[in-house]
Amino acid sequence: MYIIAQLVTSFIASAGFGIIFNAPKRTLFQCGLGGMMGWIIYLVLDPYYDTVISTVAATFVVGVISQVSARVYRMPVIVFSVAGIIPLVPGGLAYDAMRKFVENDYNTAIQLAAQAFLISGSIAIGLVVSEVLNQLLRKRKPHQG
Amino acid sequence: MSSRENVPPLSPIDICMLAGKIMLQSGAETYRVEDTMIRIAHSLGLSGSHSYVTPTGIIFQAGGPEAAKLIRIAERTTDLEKVASVNSISRQLVAGEISAEQAADQLRGIEESSHAYSVGLQVAAASISSGCFAIMFGGSIYDFLPALISGGLGYAAVILFHKLINVKFFAEFTTALLIGMVSYLFIYLGLGQELDKIIIGSVMPLVPGLLITNAVRDLMAGHLVSGLSRGAEAMLTAFAIGAGVAAVFTFL
Repeated sequence: MYIIAQLVTSFIASAGFGIIFNAPKRTLFQCGLGGMMGWIIYLVLDPYYDTVISTVAATFVVGVISQVSARVYRMPVIVFSVAGIIPLVPGGLAYDAMRKFVENDYNTAIQLAAQAFLISGSIAIGLVVSEVLNQLLRKRKPHQG
Repeated sequence: MSSRENVPPLSPIDICMLAGKIMLQSGAETYRVEDTMIRIAHSLGLSGSHSYVTPTGIIFQAGGPEAAKLIRIAERTTDLEKVASVNSISRQLVAGEISAEQAADQLRGIEESSHAYSVGLQVAAASISSGCFAIMFGGSIYDFLPALISGGLGYAAVILFHKLINVKFFAEFTTALLIGMVSYLFIYLGLGQELDKIIIGSVMPLVPGLLITNAVRDLMAGHLVSGLSRGAEAMLTAFAIGAGVAAVFTFL
């Protein structure tokens, strides 16, 4: 039940962000799907591994889905990846950190801010790794687009 | 509105600048803007061109004896439809499927076109997303409705405040203040269980998570100026939201 609720909410939330970011209509489903896959992988890995590792793995999957969709629909990767990584981005953490700063709780604030920075770094790593993989696979073909 | 025939034709340099400007304003990555501009330039017969893109401006030099041109970018939003459209025009141009005039026409059309989804639909999407986020981040089913309402109100407010107040910081601060008060009101009235989850869900459409991630990506790609300025923008937004919500806690 818990997993089903998470699947449904993450799909809707990601697709909703697709609408906010004005993603083309026929890509909204892929946006939601990417967000859902990433979030579920994150949820499954998070209890066992470090948050950074789970985030890299989840973003890598989002990246691969985005690369494939981008190839199929002939659109930039960012159209698909942006909505997909939304559930993973440390927006809540960044907000929490700033709230602690404002409340003069500097120790917690610095900790949270450092964590938010590390997580955004790992999102970037996940995306870059999937992109590198895509480039390596593409280089095998004689003609590149 | 004047007809297209009265508009003077764009020079190849201006076509590149226009494409870059639309992409940057719509939230494309720095390297993609540079790459697209140079590809378009190449297909229009400008060789050896250089483009230097930062989040606040584009400098483009078309190579040879041409003068460099500069465009300043004051406003940035996320509009993936425009990024995708400019990208497809650039592809068609490189493949020789459309002429320079057609590309210029289409680019002008994209620049004038507005958001494909109506404001009402955006607010609805933001509010449903907020409700879903409250549940994803561990809230109970009772937190869904409060987050849905305050998230929708918050997103509508940020659009309105952006029009009223020219300073982004204050618009975001005021919105966060509103979200904090509405969420607190829901808890006070006994609707909803966890204040923190409701607030985090409601502010998700505003938080600069994407900016932070883009900033780190820019830094990794060697676009140091872009990375730092995007990071600064993200910090400022996070600060505005955090301060707005915290202000509510201070007074209650």
